[in-house]
Amino acid sequence: MARLPRWTLPLFLVLLFQLLFSSGSVLRESDEEEFSEELLLRPLPDRKVLAHFHFESRAPPSLADSYGRHHHLFPKAIAQLVQKFRVKEMELSFTQGRWNYERWGGFDPISSKNAKPPGVELWAVFDVPQNQVDVYWKNLTHSLSGLFCASINFLESSTTYSAPQWSFHPSSGSLRYGTLPREAVCTENLTPWLKLLPCRDKAGLSTLMDRPSIYKGFYHSQRLHLTSGGLESGIILGQTLTVVLQPTSQRASGTSSGANLQPSWSLSSVFGRKVTTRCVLAKSSNVYLQLERGLVTELENLQKENPISGAVFMDSEELRSNPGFELSVKPDWAFKEVNSLHSKGLSVLYEYSMAKYNDSEPFDLTLTWKSPVVWSCPQAPLHASRFLMGSGNERGAIAISLISTGLKENFMGANFVEDRSKLEVDIFQVVPWYIKVYFHTLRVFVDGKPQALADVVEKMRVSPSEDKVSPGVMELLLKFPCDVESATLTLEFDKGFLHIDEYPPDANQGFDIPSAVISFPYFHESVYYLQDNSLNKAPMLSKFQDKSPVRSYTEVLLVPLTTPDFSMPYNVITITCTVFALYFGSLLNVLRRRVGEEERFLKNKAAKRGGRLPQLLSKLYAKLRGKEWESSPSSSVLSSLVNTKLILKVILVAGIAIVWQFYSK
Amino acid sequence: MDESEVEAPKAKPRPIVRLGIFLISHSLLFSVFCCTAGLLTLLLLPLLAKNTYISENALMPGSANPMLSSQEVSEANRLVKSLTSLDLQPKGSGIESQRLIAEFMSNLGAEVNYQKFYPRSNQFHPLHFFSYPDSGTTWVNVSCSSHGVNTIGIIRAPRGDGKEAIVLVTPYNPLKIGPGEALSLGITYSVFSLLTQVTWLAKDIIWLVVDSRYGEYAAVDAWLRDYHMPVFSGLGSVNAETCYGSNVQNEPKENLLTERKIHDGFRRAGTMAAALVIKVADRSEHFEDSLSIYAEASNGQMPNLDLINIVNYLAVHRQGLRVKVEKIWSLLNCKWLLILGEILESLGHVARSLNPQWKFGIPAADYVEGIATLASSLYYQALGVPTGPHGAFRDYQVDAITLEISSRVALNNKAKRNDFLLRGGWLIEGVVRTVNNLLEKFHQSFFLYLLTSPSKFVSVGVYMIAFALLVAPLPMVAASLYAEAHNVDPSSGKEKSTPSVRTTDELGITLTSCKWLNAAKIVFVVHLWGAVVSLLPYFICQIPSCTPTTRFGIWVLLSIFSLLILYLILGSPFSHVNASQPRKRDWVLLKSVTISVAFIGLCLMSVINFATAEIGALLMVPMCLMAQPLKLDVKSRSLRSFSRLVCNLALGFIAFPPVTFFVLKGVFEGFGGIAVGDFWNWLESIWEWSSATYLYLGMVYLPCWVLCIQVLCHRC
Repeated sequence: MARLPRWTLPLFLVLLFQLLFSSGSVLRESDEEEFSEELLLRPLPDRKVLAHFHFESRAPPSLADSYGRHHHLFPKAIAQLVQKFRVKEMELSFTQGRWNYERWGGFDPISSKNAKPPGVELWAVFDVPQNQVDVYWKNLTHSLSGLFCASINFLESSTTYSAPQWSFHPSSGSLRYGTLPREAVCTENLTPWLKLLPCRDKAGLSTLMDRPSIYKGFYHSQRLHLTSGGLESGIILGQTLTVVLQPTSQRASGTSSGANLQPSWSLSSVFGRKVTTRCVLAKSSNVYLQLERGLVTELENLQKENPISGAVFMDSEELRSNPGFELSVKPDWAFKEVNSLHSKGLSVLYEYSMAKYNDSEPFDLTLTWKSPVVWSCPQAPLHASRFLMGSGNERGAIAISLISTGLKENFMGANFVEDRSKLEVDIFQVVPWYIKVYFHTLRVFVDGKPQALADVVEKMRVSPSEDKVSPGVMELLLKFPCDVESATLTLEFDKGFLHIDEYPPDANQGFDIPSAVISFPYFHESVYYLQDNSLNKAPMLSKFQDKSPVRSYTEVLLVPLTTPDFSMPYNVITITCTVFALYFGSLLNVLRRRVGEEERFLKNKAAKRGGRLPQLLSKLYAKLRGKEWESSPSSSVLSSLVNTKLILKVILVAGIAIVWQFYSK
Repeated sequence: MDESEVEAPKAKPRPIVRLGIFLISHSLLFSVFCCTAGLLTLLLLPLLAKNTYISENALMPGSANPMLSSQEVSEANRLVKSLTSLDLQPKGSGIESQRLIAEFMSNLGAEVNYQKFYPRSNQFHPLHFFSYPDSGTTWVNVSCSSHGVNTIGIIRAPRGDGKEAIVLVTPYNPLKIGPGEALSLGITYSVFSLLTQVTWLAKDIIWLVVDSRYGEYAAVDAWLRDYHMPVFSGLGSVNAETCYGSNVQNEPKENLLTERKIHDGFRRAGTMAAALVIKVADRSEHFEDSLSIYAEASNGQMPNLDLINIVNYLAVHRQGLRVKVEKIWSLLNCKWLLILGEILESLGHVARSLNPQWKFGIPAADYVEGIATLASSLYYQALGVPTGPHGAFRDYQVDAITLEISSRVALNNKAKRNDFLLRGGWLIEGVVRTVNNLLEKFHQSFFLYLLTSPSKFVSVGVYMIAFALLVAPLPMVAASLYAEAHNVDPSSGKEKSTPSVRTTDELGITLTSCKWLNAAKIVFVVHLWGAVVSLLPYFICQIPSCTPTTRFGIWVLLSIFSLLILYLILGSPFSHVNASQPRKRDWVLLKSVTISVAFIGLCLMSVINFATAEIGALLMVPMCLMAQPLKLDVKSRSLRSFSRLVCNLALGFIAFPPVTFFVLKGVFEGFGGIAVGDFWNWLESIWEWSSATYLYLGMVYLPCWVLCIQVLCHRC
């Protein structure tokens, strides 16, 4: 019904391009550059809304010589980057805020791929020999730094990046991974990212990106994923923006039943804008609304209570009659998840094609809740959190605690490769060199009991840090019994000292330990949706079907290190100079002095009766004291004389100073 | 110094040596001058105090208008009402109020969890004096009924990275909620509910509702210990889980939403930037709305001055509250202080008339108040016992203070209560917002200071002078006594270092060095005894069912007994037989060594806890310097020696630690209710808090006093 226009337009466009740039190439779809834009909306259990923009550009495999020089849709900057630095795969993310794994889920493609640590994360796989990877990485960081207006170039230093072997990504050897937890993310990073889109934010779904509203959210992650299959499959550039927003609603007052009603929202209330036009260059331009498994189960329960039958909201009639919520716009299509393990409570996806909307009739989806629904998101088998232990400036410990989310269905519903009685967990942790981790202190507690490492650790790779050269890297593959309730790893460390010029600005805030990556290699987060026409494969949905392990990131930690008083160098210089002056002065004095000579000199002086003025003064002094003046005054008298002179002088100067001070004012 | 003198008499020694010799030879004058100057400087400190200022530019206190509105306040009022109504019902466990608070918290969208803890029994462990007791061993008779439950709510900053957190603490007793406690919960709740909505939050907010039925400090400390040093394997915690689990199961599950959000797992947020303990005073006898700040933590550690500055600035300039810090009230009525203040004021006027730029005069009333505040600041720092639950934070290097808000009017009226909640909320909101602005941790301002008023402080550079002046005579006098003992010659008298002495008897030198060793041995024995005395309470505590008075008696008896035993074993100065040498000058060497050791002890203590050293120096320095055998004074029968005799006796009496304690207590609190057991209780509280003052009393002060008494009683 409504699917026809959605399909004709891209085809028409393709034909148009063919006509315009008739390069005489074979008329095959995969050889053409493609662009698609999609937006996924999902209500979250804690009254928030997840919006996930997905833009995908494809460049065909190298079309002889035109490649790299001439692109219709694909951003040239990225193509050049791939070509120059031989990037096989790369991912760059800018994130603000933290993904709340407990409330927003940790076991679905979006959370697993798009929940990123705060700041910048970059990893790349290079298609170059092992010994050149570092060089290519350094160049890549500088290029990206310029491209995205961010300090990614700090990842160039070998103390900031690491080379995980197996825990992060299966590709061995040529992968480099680095994070900048303190990088602030703002619109100046978004603008270059939008420039890579063919319509920028002038048309299409990206017009929704009203800067104040998308940066006001609880989570903001902008990601760029690049896959280059070399000559065979061309380059695929995926750009995603994941935001978690709070629909503006009057605050729930009290604990009355009305308070539990989820706030209703619409596109215009969440983003402050509506979708007016699609990006005409896009092959497909869709908006999806996803209802999670938990939500669907709850809604089905609601449905059962109501007399009207019908379990699934696939039909428009069912949608209208369902007691849980109401949609303002009728979806063009509805998909249901395919899962061999679950029979009920499968997630549902509604599709809206943007082709039929225009300026006069903008698209504004409104979701109105009719009855309070409480559900929870699917969780990863273990919830990971990390914290610091100990206090003081000397030592401490990092603890990673894995707590079972308690949802047994996860274990059952997981896409098990085979029936395993063990739960495997990969931990990848990078620690900066100034946190001197003692890897031999690694201890594992399972359910509150200390365990021998050999029982738990399946595989382990540790590369200790080297001062000012490389960070410490720990990769662990742990194996827990399936019914594990909680597990904790602790690692002790000493806090190192930095050289004074190595301290970053605001050193007193402390130093960051980047997030650890926890992944579950035998849990795959893929979601299949029953699509009737395999031709019409939306890029985002095909991404959902990728079988990749569930992954989560832990918190960034802040370690207070001893910081010097930065005015200290001045004090140190002053004190050192004083000590040196005293030392060398006395040394020279001792070396220069000849005691015998001095004695003779003193004797001569006594014989000559000293100078003129002292003699006179001493005469005067003697007269004043009414004593006979001795021609050869004893040393004690002389010294007391000197003392009195000195005191007199001091008093005189002080008197003059006081008088001057008094009369000058 | 002797060596320099024996060279050719004509060659002048180095000036620094000459200065030293000069000072040593005039040590009496010098010590009188220095002690007087030290005392005067201490009294002048209120004049030298500087106005506080916000040192860290990032803080920007009060630059934003408070956002707290009447909506949050009315919500808070609802909480206060339901808490007080809950309190009226006769209930046992107090778990209802905690559930109520947790429900309120989680309705705001905060993450809530409970923390169970067992009160730590305070026991004296002499070997773990400064170390934290192992939490695994302190579970004494764990029973399900005796645990406390802290409720913790955490707001995650929406756009923050979660590395830092600000802690708000409200202690309350769930068994009996006082009106003040309910109001403090209300104030914090209103701020907390505001903070769940604001967008400017950069640090997470932790609201710790402390179960204070076993003491506020213990509960906060238990939470902090779990936060920083969790135990992963322990039977105690497992036991606690089961206990508590059964409790929870009995409760009807009313609210599914709330239940889901309250997890049992211990929740954390990053490194703590600052902590505020919020209290509301129950009674108010003042005429203005006021705010009391308590800042002293264990061993005289203070939070960064900037934290106090912020609170003071916001309270005075934004909320119009009167800010108070503790002062010793009895000093306010001191006549001589007032007279001194008037003298200083008139001096200030004279100085200003000479030069208008010299502004050191302050009004006499301000001066007296400054002295009273300074004295209490010194006293609480010297005591080494935290003045509130904020002290627990300082042990983990977190800056924390206690704010106690009190209202001028009784808060029965709803409108007045709302007004009070709003003002308190504005203050807390302002402080939180200011600390939230902080990029680094507090490090700009002072950590070592004494307050003379909420807006005036004396920094370490100034108050060091008083102590340095007091302590300076000690090495000089020790050196001069030593020199005197070496060169004692009836013919030469005070004249020292005549070459004849050295040339005449070599034997004398060796003998004096022997005597020096003997004196050192006595001092060592007495200090050893001091260590034994400070260990004794550990054993006395093991005796069950004793009143403090008997314990104190046992302690005194054991101390005297051990002193006698040590003398018997290691040789008493009185039984020391040295036939060839006259014994009458022995005391000089003994005094010299005593003074040197006292000097070292005071200097060490000044590094650990300055205030203790300062107060100790006030007592110890005159006592050490004056000490002279009574017999000599009795023999000479002059007015001077008589006055010295009286002084010595008075000082020796007053400086005995229990006597000092009772005299001070009597002066400040009246001599009415003094019991002998008080001293034991006081000491017990000191060692329970592992205050360094206890070690100082036992290892430095008491031995020094005993040695001085020994000098006084010397037979010569």
